Amino acid sequence: MYNANEKGFYGKFGGAYIPELLHNNVEELRLAYLDILGSEEFKTDFDALLKDYVGRPTPLYLAQNLSEQYQTNIYLKREDLTHTGAHKINNTIGQILVAKKLGKKRIIAETGAGQHGVATATVCALMGLECIVYMGEIDIQRQAPNVARMKMLGATVISAISGSKTLKDATNEAIRDWINHPHDTHYIIGSVVGPHPYPDMVARLQSVISQEMRIQLKEKTGSETPTAIIACVGGGSNAAGAFYHFLADENVRLIACEASGMGIDSGQTAATSFVGKEGVLHGSKSLLMQTKDGQVVEPYSISAGLDYPGIGPMHANLFETKRASFMAVTDKEALDAALELTRLEGIIPALESAHALASLKQLEFKKEDVVVINLSGRGDKDLSTYMKHFEL
Amino acid sequence: MNRIENLFKNKPSDVLTIYFTAGYPNLNDTEDIILDLDKAGVDLIEIGMPYSDPLADGPVIQASSTESLKNGMNLDLLFEQLKDIRSKTQVPLVLMGYYNQVLQYGLEPFCKMASEVGVDGLILPDLPVDEFNELCAPIFKRYGLTCTFLVTPSSTDERIREIDAASSGFLYAVSSHSITGGNSANNLSEYGSRLAALDLKNPIQVGFGIHDATSFQEATAIANGGIIGSAFIKAISEEGELDNNICSFIQSIRSKE
Repeated sequence: MYNANEKGFYGKFGGAYIPELLHNNVEELRLAYLDILGSEEFKTDFDALLKDYVGRPTPLYLAQNLSEQYQTNIYLKREDLTHTGAHKINNTIGQILVAKKLGKKRIIAETGAGQHGVATATVCALMGLECIVYMGEIDIQRQAPNVARMKMLGATVISAISGSKTLKDATNEAIRDWINHPHDTHYIIGSVVGPHPYPDMVARLQSVISQEMRIQLKEKTGSETPTAIIACVGGGSNAAGAFYHFLADENVRLIACEASGMGIDSGQTAATSFVGKEGVLHGSKSLLMQTKDGQVVEPYSISAGLDYPGIGPMHANLFETKRASFMAVTDKEALDAALELTRLEGIIPALESAHALASLKQLEFKKEDVVVINLSGRGDKDLSTYMKHFEL
Repeated sequence: MNRIENLFKNKPSDVLTIYFTAGYPNLNDTEDIILDLDKAGVDLIEIGMPYSDPLADGPVIQASSTESLKNGMNLDLLFEQLKDIRSKTQVPLVLMGYYNQVLQYGLEPFCKMASEVGVDGLILPDLPVDEFNELCAPIFKRYGLTCTFLVTPSSTDERIREIDAASSGFLYAVSSHSITGGNSANNLSEYGSRLAALDLKNPIQVGFGIHDATSFQEATAIANGGIIGSAFIKAISEEGELDNNICSFIQSIRSKE
């Protein structure tokens, strides 16, 4: 009941709200994706690349010092240890295999902070496919190291100069590129957003995270299911992957942490479930930050990966049905949590993941509870922010 | 009878449709542009409701939308600007925008307001045909509004029939697989023959890439007429008086040289 139906709806959210110009592109993918993902050939290739190229399974690490601090048992799912430094690579590996199966020669992607862009450029280099990454003009200025990485990997980075010149506009530009190249191009969307089948396809590809968690939890705790799973949500791909195989276990608390920036009511926020309303963005119906006139509002968060004005339709449904609880974490709380993890465990987390860690201060767990936090990425890319705020 | 249906009944060929973004170049130009277009002999007018994320539009129209929103345009104001329009012109008017704008206004309140000010139809390129049939069709019908959907050269015959069945007023045939403001397809005549052979119930307006007399004539050769958007926006972005720019642009399109 928490997965997409055949038309791509999660309850009332999802679907494919696209101009007719995109119909064939999306339809080709929709008709093929389940067969491809279910084929032995795909599974063999995907599993082999995840193991030897990405470095999976990622460890499930019992963070003893952090556990002591919060008087419970905290496990970190170490997506930060994957190749390229975040969970994003799980999706791009899967989609590049899908693209190859569909005979596509040209790959396009959107990126905000550049993590998905780097993960896409990486798999394109690996597979020898042309790669074009759309990135907002403002983000290109803010994220120079990732722009350099993409270029070194052979990708062409195109500046999105329309609208607000950030992630949502880069997404619009990528969609327009796809309209203009209907035959030879596959669009690798980086999160569980976009028209059906993207949210479902990306969630399935990321679901390896929770698939591994179940096995690892069984080994380490004797039970496949924890008390709670905590993940950050921008578009929501790491949360979708971390929740996926626990959706039906109603006794497992699913906790989604959104970035509230300077505060929920500050006007400088990305906490969609708190300030958003039902609407249509980038091809699906979901919760969306918008004016009363339906104009999309530019979000704000210190974390570029959470700086998106919507959430995936799967998460909108988890919110609506109360299957997941949504929490808001400010810039300040995330920074504090990042420093805390670094000092207690010697792990510098990505700012996105720090939002998940910060929720520990707002939650109460019992001593015997088992809490899994999806540590979606490492903090290397955020060093300049950390340097500024911690005066390093 | 709806003004759009009436138009195509009386004038089955050479129908010129012009798109402009409401609130551009200036916030309160809406009525002047409509009246100038009417005076210049334009048959049908598409009024763009500016949107922050216009996926199906090219850079020129998006830039005009961004500018219009900066000027302070919104739907309440647009309806206010249109409320006396029917005492001044009977030219058919279509509102073009994105589904989210209509959802936030409320589907029924939106249709009611549009109908009250004398709008004849809607174009919402990201409204799926399925959702239209299930949720919107009865409401559009109640308020006498037509709904135009888009078809493209890569739409299958079956898909075109399905879209034609859902559409009313006219069908919007995208000239090529590219966003507005690009170049039109090379195989326009082949596309036209295919559409003609399908014997569709709706008249057809060809749009995307039409920018001068020649491309307009290519469109009218295969359909009931053509739609010009980006080229018109460019023309009214030029220096000079708005009414002169409009008049000379329309004359340039209608000239047969």
